[in-house]
Amino acid sequence: MSALISEAERTLLEPAGLSRQDAERALGRLVGTGADLGELFLQHRVSESWALEDGIVKDGAFSLDRGLGARALSGERTGAAYAEDIRPEGLAHAVEAARSITRAGGERQVRALASTEAAPVHDQGNPIAALGERAKVALLERADQAARRMDNRVQQVNVRLSLNFETMLVMATDGAWAADARPLVRLDVSVIVAEGQRRERGFAGGGGRRSLLSFSHEWPEDLAEEAVRCALVNLDAVDAPAGPMPVVLAPGWPGVLLHEAVGHGLEGDFNRKGSSAFANRIGEQVASAHCTVIDDGTLPNRRGSLTVDDEGTPTEPTVLIENGILKGYMQDKLNARLTGAAATGNGRRQSYAHQPMPRMTNTFMQPGDADPAEIIAACPKGVYAVNFGGGQVDITSGRFVFSATEAYLIENGKVTRPIRGATLIGNGPEVMTRVSMVGNDLSLDPGVGVCGKDGQSVPVGVGQPTLLVDEITIGGTAA
Amino acid sequence: MRQDVDIRQQEGELTGLAEAIMRQAKRLGAAAAEVSVSEDIGLTVKVRKGELETLEFHADRSFGIAVYDGQRKGAASTSDSSEGAIEETVARALGIARHTQDDPCHGLADAGLMAARLPDLDLFHPAPLDTDAALAAALACEAQGFATDRRIVNSEGAEAARSQSCVVYGNSHGFMGAASTTSHSLSCVLIAEDGNGMQRDYWYTTHRNPAALEAPEAVGRTAAERTAARLSPRKVATGSCPVLFSPQAARSLAGHVIGALSGGAQYRKASFLLDALDAEVASPHLHLIEQPLLPGRLGSASFDGDGVATAEKAFIDAGAVRSYMLSAYSGRRLGLPTTGNAGGVHNLLLTGRTKAFKALLKDMGRGLYVTDLMGTGVNGVTGDYSQGAAGFWVEGGELAYPVHEATIASNLKDMLRQVAAVGDDPDERGNIITPSVLIETMTVAGGGASS
Repeated sequence: MSALISEAERTLLEPAGLSRQDAERALGRLVGTGADLGELFLQHRVSESWALEDGIVKDGAFSLDRGLGARALSGERTGAAYAEDIRPEGLAHAVEAARSITRAGGERQVRALASTEAAPVHDQGNPIAALGERAKVALLERADQAARRMDNRVQQVNVRLSLNFETMLVMATDGAWAADARPLVRLDVSVIVAEGQRRERGFAGGGGRRSLLSFSHEWPEDLAEEAVRCALVNLDAVDAPAGPMPVVLAPGWPGVLLHEAVGHGLEGDFNRKGSSAFANRIGEQVASAHCTVIDDGTLPNRRGSLTVDDEGTPTEPTVLIENGILKGYMQDKLNARLTGAAATGNGRRQSYAHQPMPRMTNTFMQPGDADPAEIIAACPKGVYAVNFGGGQVDITSGRFVFSATEAYLIENGKVTRPIRGATLIGNGPEVMTRVSMVGNDLSLDPGVGVCGKDGQSVPVGVGQPTLLVDEITIGGTAA
Repeated sequence: MRQDVDIRQQEGELTGLAEAIMRQAKRLGAAAAEVSVSEDIGLTVKVRKGELETLEFHADRSFGIAVYDGQRKGAASTSDSSEGAIEETVARALGIARHTQDDPCHGLADAGLMAARLPDLDLFHPAPLDTDAALAAALACEAQGFATDRRIVNSEGAEAARSQSCVVYGNSHGFMGAASTTSHSLSCVLIAEDGNGMQRDYWYTTHRNPAALEAPEAVGRTAAERTAARLSPRKVATGSCPVLFSPQAARSLAGHVIGALSGGAQYRKASFLLDALDAEVASPHLHLIEQPLLPGRLGSASFDGDGVATAEKAFIDAGAVRSYMLSAYSGRRLGLPTTGNAGGVHNLLLTGRTKAFKALLKDMGRGLYVTDLMGTGVNGVTGDYSQGAAGFWVEGGELAYPVHEATIASNLKDMLRQVAAVGDDPDERGNIITPSVLIETMTVAGGGASS
């Protein structure tokens, strides 16, 4: 049994006076009515945040959340119940409610738990405890001072430091038995700049599943300078063009394209139900031959990384698209079982009070061989999009949007004037076939991604090299 | 499974818990404190293709506390209401207050502003947490969806949910208020297919009183009609034209405006309506008003997140800004009294020169009717607006064909001045209540051939 499991049992079971045998009995009761799978998920999460405004750290907040989720799966059915207190009565009540999905029955002998021994893919320490309050406050003040020092047009600086530490324990009647200790840190800087009548905002943030001490010495200053740079660029922005045109996407965070255009559409639940534009298309060409797209929860210390997913399945690099050919979907246990596929370590839940479903971890495109400068030179007239606010997809039609917050015109193969923020819209399977050049400069985002699905938010990562998309519609005002 | 629950019976216990937390804060040295305790119990039943898919029960209790040590503030919250956790949470809040810095604007709202009366707003209509009844409603809803149009080939399911919640807020002025509410809803997401691919759409009903919900069959039928109507969409040509927002799409417009009038956006100078008090910012027939005490509505409340009495007001009256949306804190930042909006707005209504939907289509003649918006392309600082859109092309004053993969763009400052008229069709299923809104002109982009 792993040290992680003993530690998680000490945090989650012992204070409630629960033993592993109690949990195993509860699992037996969960599937006593003939369910295919019974599962208990226990979670303890502490969070701390600090916020700076007007040059002073004026708000701080701490939260502690503990609870358990019980699930019984039977065919396509799921019974689930949650208790916000880990206690014997809460457990018993949740188990009875969850098993009511299948009626009548007693208790059943379940498979012996077999502990999952996966090598940790990220730091395991509690980031809240790693640094004293004074030192945390100093990080925010440094970012504030750096932003104000950089340019006298800076009017407002807001800085937020968020620290999370989660201990989870999952056990299920298929023998799954795993625990994890998951840190998550994030530092955000947003600024408002003004010149004459014109005001603009800029944002930069970063983080990951790692210790606060592991970031570069100049981390707060670097983020502040990036936020100010973005805001100043936009002070000079001209109206964005409107209509279909070629777009060059910068490396890194613009990988939100992949997340929206193909990522969600390749989640196992939508494909089992046949509701995705990519359903039943494995083996088909769904992107240009330049495109190889991977979801990989094992990247060290990234925001979307997990040693095991929330069902206890170790994460892995999952090839979604290889040289343009659709290779596979991202699966949780339920959808894997129902479609005869293997679970891929993508079963994730926002908290104990939510059900797991197939979710992305870190989704990125493999680099090609083009020099990024050549890609821009190859585009006589178009848009170079560097930064994005976020995106959204309708997985059934394949329609998706993502909204640029920093972009430039490309004129005669050169990056020229900055343009105002604009939404880009396209159809996932169509746009991916129009990727005509892929750069050799793969980079991953700085660690700020949040993905929403069915009302549940989870941290994710994205990445890509510089890309040329031959045509996508830009939603500017200059028709 | 059937459970007869009445969460109002917990009000006394939750109030007692809030009082115990306040005593603890005082004992540990807080000069002032405010606490909120909430409990939420509910059931969700989801069916898909005529079969039960998910049965979900939740019962959550949590509390949060803010403490003031002079002008320094600390906050903490937990879902664990054991004695040890209460002690730790309060101590954490005070620990944080030792490391934050003085802000003269921090502190409770003035004692004289606390809500003196807590009228019954007709927000509590419990029904048993009955899985069989919820299951029957969801099944009937989805079945009617499939029966309405043979092009409805698939479903993401129908979901029936009911919940009860109780929120208690108290502060060291001695104010203590409790509000119990119920929520009932039924929704259905359907998928239609023809030779040109698949489309999805949905419909839902939600109300505090289950007797006021739309019938399950009506929800299923509307979901099916809306979904089938989107089949075989075309792209539009890029150009400028009038844009009509559906009541659902218009809700986000009202949201952007109230966001720009919020105290936070004003004192951070992050608003496209900066310093706009008394300025004319919208068409002279437009009003944006708050009616917090409407009986039975989703946003109704008699006190805000500071314990201050809510009050009816106009944020925009006849096109001019008459009030910001302020809490005690943001009010002090701006040198203005709170407007009773700590935590947000309660029943925000957009009204204006009203016409029937068909008359709006006639007025626009040729343009885009937007039923669905996508994306995050709205800049609250500049008002720059660029969103993905789907809906219907309007030709000769009538709906002509479905449209997809379009963008609409303008600036919110211009859009507000260009509201030609609004519909007689406000969507009351939310805290922000908007009718259809006709904007004189926006840039529409798409990959379609020009006609």
